[in-house]
Amino acid sequence: MNRSTIDLWVGAFVVAGIAGLLFLALKVGNLATFSTSQMYQVQAKFANIGGLKARAPVKSAGVVVGRVADIRFDNESYEAIVTINLGYEYQFPRDTTAKILTSGILGEQYVGLEAGGDGVMLKNGDRLRLTQSAVVLENLISQFLFNKAAEGKPEPKEPAK
Amino acid sequence: MRVADLRARLERLGSGVSSHVWRLGFASRFLAYLVVHSGTALGRFRLTIAEIYFAGVLSLIIILVSGLFVGMVLALQGYDTLQRFGASESLGVLVALSLVRELGPVVAGLLFASRAGSAITAEIGLMKATEQLSAMEMMAVDPIARVVAPRFWGGVISMPLLAALFSAMGIFGGYIVGVQLIGVDAGAFWSQMQAAVDLRNDILNGVIKSVVFGIAVTWIAVFEGYDAPPTAEGVSRATTRTVVTSSLAILALDFILTALMFTGGTHQ
Repeated sequence: MNRSTIDLWVGAFVVAGIAGLLFLALKVGNLATFSTSQMYQVQAKFANIGGLKARAPVKSAGVVVGRVADIRFDNESYEAIVTINLGYEYQFPRDTTAKILTSGILGEQYVGLEAGGDGVMLKNGDRLRLTQSAVVLENLISQFLFNKAAEGKPEPKEPAK
Repeated sequence: MRVADLRARLERLGSGVSSHVWRLGFASRFLAYLVVHSGTALGRFRLTIAEIYFAGVLSLIIILVSGLFVGMVLALQGYDTLQRFGASESLGVLVALSLVRELGPVVAGLLFASRAGSAITAEIGLMKATEQLSAMEMMAVDPIARVVAPRFWGGVISMPLLAALFSAMGIFGGYIVGVQLIGVDAGAFWSQMQAAVDLRNDILNGVIKSVVFGIAVTWIAVFEGYDAPPTAEGVSRATTRTVVTSSLAILALDFILTALMFTGGTHQ
């Protein structure tokens, strides 16, 4: 086969291969979300993070506004410190509440933000004061059983006359 | 009598082991020599381009068609299981993750080994059997630099591109079956896929896998060809060995790479 035909085919092959990679990166992966926009970091302390993982979404009103950057354990307060990256286009008041929620019954856990009423907005490096830990199923069940047991306890009988 | 028998068996085992170790050492030395002497292949890039044509472009049909069908089968099978849990919207995630992480690099690597690897071995082995390599040496042309290195680099460059095309085609096949035929919501298919597939953890690791497989397959192919006994039987055996060894190498390397990449860390 002549040389320029081979060159043409190899060129087309390389272009197609790179197009395949770009398709994977842009259409299949999540390159487009958040990697280019500016972020600011806030921290939140939780007594229990349940199954939260780094890179989990941070949602407010169901809209993804950021991602969990890092999860560490605080040796002094014995709590988890969760670092959250938020997009600059999403500004929240300083008294925003952070909760750890679950999407669906078997879904992944995410951080839900509920805006407060403060006029001052969160800045880079701030700490969220109001947090609500993940619901641990075992604690929930034991609480439920405890309540049921307390409710169902029969009244002490009147002493027989 | 018994002792002599046992001794003979142990000797056979020992010679088997040491000949394999010797061959591995020779192959490593061969690879090192090849990489050091690839100035010609990379300098006169036209030589490598011709090999990309033979290893890459001519493998396109089988890679694209296999990718399409693997993706379509994944969508059919995945839908069957997922809809039992009411999670058929996650079909895109299932198809994309299994293709990008595993099936893309591995199946493309296996196809590449049997389509291009065997051809490289047969070609180099036949050149050796017909004394073309010796003739080159007589003319003071290094056959490793002139014949082997372009084929090696051609294969190493082609393999990641083929794996990426396989994955892309598979996802397209999954889209055709999942969304067009079965009727999974197109928005959920793409958006859940985009939310679950990570650029670094999934796609980049898949590309790294395909590069490693490309190096392994072409290394085995050029070495088996160069090392083949210069007879018709020798070349045919070397070709078979290329396919068997590189398939096993791909699967073993895949296990090691997966264990390194996808366990522990933050992405579980």
